[in-house]
Amino acid sequence: MGLMLLVATRKGAFVFHGDAARDRFRVEGPMFLGHVIHHIVLDPRDRRTMMMAVSTGHLGPTVYRSMDFGASWQEAVRPPQFAKASEGKRARAVDHVFWLTPGHASEPDVWYAGTSPQGLFRSEDAGATWESVAGLNDHAMLETWTGGEQDGTPDGPKLHSVLIDPRDKRRMYVGMSSGGVFASDDAGETWRPFNQGSLCEFLPNRYPEYGQDPHRVALCPTRPDRLYQQNHCGIYRMDLPEERWVRIGEAMPGEIGDIGLPLAIHPRDADVAWVFPMDGSTVWPRVSPGGRPAVYVTRDAGAHWMRQDRGLPREQAWFTVKRQAFCADEGAPVGLYFGTTSGGLWASGDEGESWRCLARDLPEIYAVEAAAA
Amino acid sequence: MSSVTVRLAPLLRSYTGGADTVSASGDTLGDVLDDMERRFPGVRFRVVDEQDRVRRHMRCFVGEMDVRSVTAPVQEGDEVFIVGALSGG
Repeated sequence: MGLMLLVATRKGAFVFHGDAARDRFRVEGPMFLGHVIHHIVLDPRDRRTMMMAVSTGHLGPTVYRSMDFGASWQEAVRPPQFAKASEGKRARAVDHVFWLTPGHASEPDVWYAGTSPQGLFRSEDAGATWESVAGLNDHAMLETWTGGEQDGTPDGPKLHSVLIDPRDKRRMYVGMSSGGVFASDDAGETWRPFNQGSLCEFLPNRYPEYGQDPHRVALCPTRPDRLYQQNHCGIYRMDLPEERWVRIGEAMPGEIGDIGLPLAIHPRDADVAWVFPMDGSTVWPRVSPGGRPAVYVTRDAGAHWMRQDRGLPREQAWFTVKRQAFCADEGAPVGLYFGTTSGGLWASGDEGESWRCLARDLPEIYAVEAAAA
Repeated sequence: MSSVTVRLAPLLRSYTGGADTVSASGDTLGDVLDDMERRFPGVRFRVVDEQDRVRRHMRCFVGEMDVRSVTAPVQEGDEVFIVGALSGG
């Protein structure tokens, strides 16, 4: 069995086909050249259906889907869109679809999409039509939770990290930037803030109920009571049933800090996670600290972190890695992959110990997903 | 109801089977887009968003008049020109 890297960029989509040893890669693309691709996902339930979040500067947001492993693509008949606003209500329009998540294993045609501005959408027909998840999108508190569009990230406020508990299809989490992490126990009918212990350095109340900026949230597949979070204000872990985030980033080297965008977790060992720190000091340069990019790994659930930079540029490398652009495969040892803001695609076949560059000059990379193929 | 000719920029022609010009009818720009949507599914949402606002980088002209609302009237024989106008890199 080989491996596919699904690479979403600001100017189109690329697929890197790897051999079984993850040694040689063949690039296919660009597909949808000139379109902004925010996410490409292969459905792990059938390993055949693919979903792609697409927009252009002109034409607005949509979703393309492929039922034949990417050989052909069809546009959604009804892409994600908010309900038409009634008189006097805030009229929201989807700017772009940012995030795609396949539904629970027991619901093979269900998908979720997160959008900018913050919205959650559900498809029950494998991406052909999308409906607003009213329990969140029409929630009376949503505007209070998320703030205005000025409170979002530089390229628009967004809903991301749609997570489904593998033990219970009704148990869900989402991250909203801004807004925080929110949980639902009834398949999205009702939602509650899930941010206890998560710092907000940019608000007068440093530990508010909501208003945080989670950059990426991940659920450990073999231990779903454990969640990790790379936040605007640190790296966190939560071990349920205690619904409290514990800042594990304080064990990072002080000169590096624990600010970053992405997070990757081990597919089998819930104690192992990787981050890609960026400079979040002063005016937030959002580049590799000191121009020396590195991954940091913890193998004890955040008690200690180790630098992994063998093969990465030693100096004058000022890229960073966006929140969807760092992922792990399911191999043994685990392979890691990240794409950079300057168009580099990097791979490690030994759990981050060493790195090599697969492509140097792609467009700005927004997302990288690894899928067994 | 007025019959108009709609001229389309290349970026919309994937929805019209490659046609650069199509016929449509209606009394407003919104009517014209609705009529096009019936024959070319998906095209309307590429021009206006779910709140019926013309997308930020789309421009619609009725004759030589730049119109920004789906309520803009059209008249018999008008040419409607829909084009993308993107700034930035």
